[in-house]
Amino acid sequence: MRQDTKFTNQNFRVIGSRVNRPDGMDKVTGRARYGADYDAPGQLVGLFLRSPHAHARIVSMDISRAEKLAGVKAIITADDLPDLTNGNREMLDILENSMARGRALYDGHAVAAVAASDVKTARKALKLIKVEYEQLPHVTDVDEAMQPDAPVIHDWIFTQGVNPTPKKPSNVCNRTEMGHGDVDAGFARAAHIIEKSYKTEQTHQGYIEPHACVASMGPDGSGELWVTTQGHFAYRNVCAELLGLDIAKLKVTSSEIGGGFGGKTHVWAEPIALALSRKANRPVKVVMTRDEVFRATGPASSTSIDVKIGVTKKGRIIAASAELRYADGAFPGPWAILGAMTSFACYDLKNVKTVGYDVICNRPKVAAYRAPSAPMAAFAIESTVDLAAAAVGMDAVDFRIKNAAKKGTLSSYGVTYGPIGIGPTLDAAKNHPHMKAKLKKNQGRGMACGFWFNFGGQTCSTINIAADGTVNLSVGTIDVGGSRASLSLIAAEELGIPYEHVKASVADTASLGHNDMTDGSRGTFSSGMATIVAARRAIEVMKERAAAMWDIPVDKVDWKDGHAVAKGKKNSKLAPLSLKEIAENSPNTGGPIAGHNEFVADGAGVSFASHLCDVEVDPETGATRIVRYTVIQDAGKAIHPDYVEGQFQGGAAQGIGWALNEEYIYGEDGRLQNPGFLDYRIPVCSDLPFIDTQILEIPNPDHPYGVRGVGETSIVPPLAAIGNAISNAVGLRMTHVPMSPPRILAALEAGE
Amino acid sequence: MRYETPETTRDAAALLAAEKGEAYILAGGTDLLVRMKAGLLEPDLLVDIKQVPAMNGIQQTAAGFRIGAAVPAVELGEHRALGRTWPGVVEAAKLIGSDQVQGRCTIAGNLCNASPAADTVPALMAAGAKAVVVGPERRRTVPVEKLPRGPGTMALAKSEVVEAILLPQRPAKSGDAYLRFIPRTEMDIAVVGAAVNLTLERGVVKTARIALGAVAPTAVLVPRAARAIIGTRLDDAALEKMAAACSAACNPIDDKRGTIAYRVKVAGVLARRAACIAYERAGGKR
Repeated sequence: MRQDTKFTNQNFRVIGSRVNRPDGMDKVTGRARYGADYDAPGQLVGLFLRSPHAHARIVSMDISRAEKLAGVKAIITADDLPDLTNGNREMLDILENSMARGRALYDGHAVAAVAASDVKTARKALKLIKVEYEQLPHVTDVDEAMQPDAPVIHDWIFTQGVNPTPKKPSNVCNRTEMGHGDVDAGFARAAHIIEKSYKTEQTHQGYIEPHACVASMGPDGSGELWVTTQGHFAYRNVCAELLGLDIAKLKVTSSEIGGGFGGKTHVWAEPIALALSRKANRPVKVVMTRDEVFRATGPASSTSIDVKIGVTKKGRIIAASAELRYADGAFPGPWAILGAMTSFACYDLKNVKTVGYDVICNRPKVAAYRAPSAPMAAFAIESTVDLAAAAVGMDAVDFRIKNAAKKGTLSSYGVTYGPIGIGPTLDAAKNHPHMKAKLKKNQGRGMACGFWFNFGGQTCSTINIAADGTVNLSVGTIDVGGSRASLSLIAAEELGIPYEHVKASVADTASLGHNDMTDGSRGTFSSGMATIVAARRAIEVMKERAAAMWDIPVDKVDWKDGHAVAKGKKNSKLAPLSLKEIAENSPNTGGPIAGHNEFVADGAGVSFASHLCDVEVDPETGATRIVRYTVIQDAGKAIHPDYVEGQFQGGAAQGIGWALNEEYIYGEDGRLQNPGFLDYRIPVCSDLPFIDTQILEIPNPDHPYGVRGVGETSIVPPLAAIGNAISNAVGLRMTHVPMSPPRILAALEAGE
Repeated sequence: MRYETPETTRDAAALLAAEKGEAYILAGGTDLLVRMKAGLLEPDLLVDIKQVPAMNGIQQTAAGFRIGAAVPAVELGEHRALGRTWPGVVEAAKLIGSDQVQGRCTIAGNLCNASPAADTVPALMAAGAKAVVVGPERRRTVPVEKLPRGPGTMALAKSEVVEAILLPQRPAKSGDAYLRFIPRTEMDIAVVGAAVNLTLERGVVKTARIALGAVAPTAVLVPRAARAIIGTRLDDAALEKMAAACSAACNPIDDKRGTIAYRVKVAGVLARRAACIAYERAGGKR
């Protein structure tokens, strides 16, 4: 059955209201169960032994003394994990990242794991494992890793995307090129050319909840995993493939999630927890420490980016190019590709070219972080755009309005845009009261734009009508930001019942068909569409039941405001039947009533934002305070405005931390110096101003309600908006993120 | 691991003296328990001093104030006379960690943790504070600046316990202040700290003590910086000279929290700002 998901501009009853989230009470009372809150009878404690070296060959490993320790039930090393990936290097990377295979590739890389009856025994066992390492040359800086004399980390990496493929291995795993037109010709005709180079340091998503799971494998090859994740189906598929299990025999149940931001789209300890459980024949619980989260999960890339922008006298960008170098960590990823795609997506350009290099280095394997790769590219591009505006004497907002992409623009990554929101967010920025607020001494204002694609993907939802007319909505996308509230609103809207009559749950992997993860800002977009269709199918069933109750043909039944209504003069005496009445009668009319939908959600609408920011810089200490911050973003349609605003504010808050203080600091020895929240400085409440928001609604033509994903775009502009504000406050261009007090003070002293 | 709760300071010292393995004093535990949970320490003996009456409470005496070693920072903030007399010491204590941490942490613990970045130590040094040190055999009173020897090491015998911190009584027209730099607004550790304590006579600085934190292996007193403002009305030239003396006294390291150049520069900046606050608190008008 084909489903029509085109935008219909319908009038809404409950969509757009600010109802309480269904998970709110449990979360504020402590009843909600997060990853570490699951326990199984007889469970063991799983702990990891991790490499203290940035790059080392594992010469030998002796686990015999640890194995003999009373209370130790299983030890796993690479020897216990045969390669079952059939030449799929990407899957083998995941396995090797979970447990080193002969070589430790970064500080914190797991080399062995222990399951024991208690923590003390497990800790003791780790100390009894003797590993002999031969330290190898390491490299942690992205530019250094690209040098011809850099230590080559993998002998199997030959740069893809260059013709011919190199014969010598290197750390550059991929070169990607995007764009159109002729940039050289464009630059030749430019009145001004601005060139600038930038660096951004590595950041972590900084979710408060560490990774945690309980794994339980039975001797019959069936297993269960309770885990904090953004994608329990993906975890199931990956773990099953790596361990040689039948997918359907591994049941994964997701917990409440204490933040993910992309970092819980990837397995780390989970396959090993399952392997430990299989070997011990007991459930095994693994809860990472914060130190492990920083050293051995998936932070964002550090980058090094060169930008060149040519403008005409009248302020049109006539050519734009960028070279983007992204550190992928120990294994290849698509991170520079995404940087190259998003770089100039906000602008209408005739001549544009971006080249991205994905680079291997001795750092943890990079994972997605909220609009992955886009914030760093936006920092470099939007900083240079400010310089270009200044070169032609134009206001930063007017310059962007003049060059903004619009409907019909061929984007720099090859897609021709439909109706988009960059122009309207810029107009709203220009007219926002924030723009007219007076600045005090040492203060500066900056703005920047941001773009994110948004994704759709495989989705599957079910609606079950209970006998009293209340409704279970089962979805397969993890609720990371209030989606159970939004999806309940959608079900209530379609069925014509109160929001409070809907109970939304994230179903386990045995209860629904495959759902892709909650990433790409897809949760409310795609599960929303699936919920709409599932509800409409349930309505079809209820119309049949009403027809049966009335004994009239089903084509004489309509659905209106939560009721079946009989059509035609002949039936005018039949009073409408409520959903509740139909549900109560369902045992006699055909049994349970359900609606189901499974599909690939296409047509995720792109999303744009413009951010405004005022900062105050202490000229004597280089400390920056965010004085005022405004987020303006296109949501398509805000199903639940509170959680749309929450996404806007959360992205800005993370961006502020990234811009000012967050960074992975590696020592000369290649070891991470600050694996904890004391010295990896995410903002605390008092570091942030109230973050003002303005929701724009430019409908996505490919969603029935016009929804666009909203979760990620909000982290794209902050680095650049803050960089521009600082530069305007101190009169110097900051090119290195984070713009920490020592960096700003050094720049001020050098500038003087 | 053994856990003991002695009721006298001498008993606490005796427990430490008798222990052959690793023994630690537990007051607020805001440093110790964190390290234990991280697996960095595995003590054989914990001596919890919170049941010792002599280590609890703040007493105002003719000589000044006596702050028990087990008194949490929050109580310093609630003691009005102490806050009026030594606002710089109290504001330093109120900068440690968070409200929750301040409910447990102690200034004696802050001192004995021997971190060069401890917030209260420069303020205590500037204030001329002394520590009451008790061993199994004898008791001694030591100026605070004589105790820290380097990161994590103290000039204390294994069996010695700090029982209390003494702050002197002070003349009218006195003021002290402590400022620290952190990149955030709270929940952080000083990149640089500066404490200034001074007494005025008709608007002129008569005595002064200046101490810096996080710029050397221990917090340091900087007598040259104090001399730069003694005899002045804290004019700009005197402040500049003082700031330069502070920067010159720095012997910091480059680390994850700040660079050498940054710490050297900001030490002078903070000392200047702290001096102005102390001067104002002493009733001076610049």
